[in-house]
Amino acid sequence: MSLNPFARKASLPIVDQYGAPGRGNSTFISLVTIVVILGGWWLITHLELIRPLFLPSPEMVISKFNKIACTSHYTEVFLVFIGALDEVSAPCHGFSEHALHEHILWSLYRVFTSFFLAAITAIPIGVAMGMSRFTRGVFDPPIEFYRPIPPLAYLPLTIIWFGIGESGKIFLIYLACFAPIAINARAGVRSVSIEQIHAAYSMGASRGQVIRQVVIKAALPEILTGMRVAIAFGWTTLVAAEMVAAKAGIGVMVLNAARFLATDIVFLGIVVIGAVAFVFDLAMRRLEKSLVPWKGKV
Amino acid sequence: MATVISLSRVSMEFPALEGAGTVKALDNIDFDFRSGEFVVALGASGCGKTTLLNVIAGFLTPTSGEILNHGHPITGPGRDRGVVFQKHALLPWLNVVENTEFGLMLQGIPASERRRRAQENLSLVGLSDFQRYPIYQLSGGMQQRVGLARALTCDPDMLLMDEPLGALDAFTRENMQELILRVWKATDKVVFFITHSVEEALFMATRLVVMSPRPGRITHEYSLDFCHRFLEIGDARKIKSSTEFIRMREEILSIIHGEEVDEIADTTAAGGAP
Ligand SMILES: Nc1ncnc2c1ncn2[C@@H]1O[C@H](COP(=O)(O)OP(=O)(O)OP(=O)(O)O)[C@@H](O)[C@H]1O
Ligand SMILES: [Mg+2]
Repeated sequence: MSLNPFARKASLPIVDQYGAPGRGNSTFISLVTIVVILGGWWLITHLELIRPLFLPSPEMVISKFNKIACTSHYTEVFLVFIGALDEVSAPCHGFSEHALHEHILWSLYRVFTSFFLAAITAIPIGVAMGMSRFTRGVFDPPIEFYRPIPPLAYLPLTIIWFGIGESGKIFLIYLACFAPIAINARAGVRSVSIEQIHAAYSMGASRGQVIRQVVIKAALPEILTGMRVAIAFGWTTLVAAEMVAAKAGIGVMVLNAARFLATDIVFLGIVVIGAVAFVFDLAMRRLEKSLVPWKGKV
Repeated sequence: MATVISLSRVSMEFPALEGAGTVKALDNIDFDFRSGEFVVALGASGCGKTTLLNVIAGFLTPTSGEILNHGHPITGPGRDRGVVFQKHALLPWLNVVENTEFGLMLQGIPASERRRRAQENLSLVGLSDFQRYPIYQLSGGMQQRVGLARALTCDPDMLLMDEPLGALDAFTRENMQELILRVWKATDKVVFFITHSVEEALFMATRLVVMSPRPGRITHEYSLDFCHRFLEIGDARKIKSSTEFIRMREEILSIIHGEEVDEIADTTAAGGAP
């Protein structure tokens, strides 16, 4: 006879609980909202209710996109490559001497370098702040001091310190990403239960093992939340960072376009930043789902 | 029988809430755990049962007194004393079998070896079919059994269990009592088990200690063999409904109840005094 007096299956179907706040799927409603906004935009511009200088039509933005992204140029390049065309004749001017993808890549490079540097420094510091009184005492004042200051306010300082090269821009975005990651990592450490720590010690864990195998894992959901917030802050700070003597970047594109009152390009830039940020937020959420499937379930 | 853990004049004081004085959670406890014993502590809430367990586990250092583990003073938690918690305390990022082998992983035991030993203990608690399940998809009773298997896999000399069945329904609870007794028999460990249920205490203990609060003391001690009888005949209900069992149950209930009556009388007297 087996020792098992139980024979129950433990699979839980995912059903909305009665009275659970905000239950139900909202995707369809969101799609309707998007359609209404785009439709309204199209209608207002086509009825010429607002001058294009203030609100360009969707078509104008799309044609600007094709021009700056050099769509026909690259289509021809592709056709030449597969041998369907003899030579590329369409020019590629881009905007501010760079095609759209170059702007995007420069901005991605800045945001992700800063984000990466912030993650590898803020995670250990945040965890250490949660684990040790001393580290918390040291890092709490500087982080809490600079955190609420808008990046634009210390932008001049980064120019004085780092000059107008890449390092100043990266430092600025780095600061924006650092605080949310560190603060969330620190809070995450608190979410480990004392029983989990006690259990590990009574199975012979060393302090290092408790930190690596229990505390950091337990903090992971909140660390990932911090990273999500940080990357959003990174995009927010990008335009400020690119205000200073950058040659390429989506922020540069928007700022230069504003100088020439090229509203359609400003729109394009905004849409591109929004789209890129959205894609990365989506990726972070996917990552969260696969890395911390237990989140909110225990 | 060899002494495994020995407490002599162990006291534990906590600072009282109002700042004035201290709470004596344990007051001069003398107690020996001998090999093969199943010791159950019973007592009203707040009488120091968890404190006693924490002191033995090494999570708390007593204010005075000495605890020896095979003759050596206890300075902290260790692999020789496995703990099963009231709320499971499993690690949700690991599945059932990974949780079970966690202790061996910490020791750096090769993967195949630790998997084998974890599987042995999972089958001992009847969870062989759930090895790959995430923890949060198990019922409360199953989680508690993973906690037990995890503690067993480290092969401690002693198992410390703080109300491990407190959160379970009556039916699951009785099944778990029987399971724990069978595991105890099969693995031959010293068990220290805390419960609020008189029936559970009587059924499982070879030695039952009744504690009283403020200051936390052991007031009564019984040697019992209902568990041995159960392991022989395998019919728990028959034992729990025997006249002897019921007589013991009423006796212990009246002790605990009597203390409470005394205490209420004390408080009213104190409150009524001018
Ligand atoms: N960390 C602590 N700090 C201060 N006082 C404590 C602490 N832990 C326990 N106490 C006090 O010690 C006494 C005994 O507590 P303990 O948790 O050991 O009781 P218990 O017998 O386990 O109760 P229960 O059955 O409710 O779990 C209580 O009066 C409690 O208030
Ligand atoms: Mg307790």
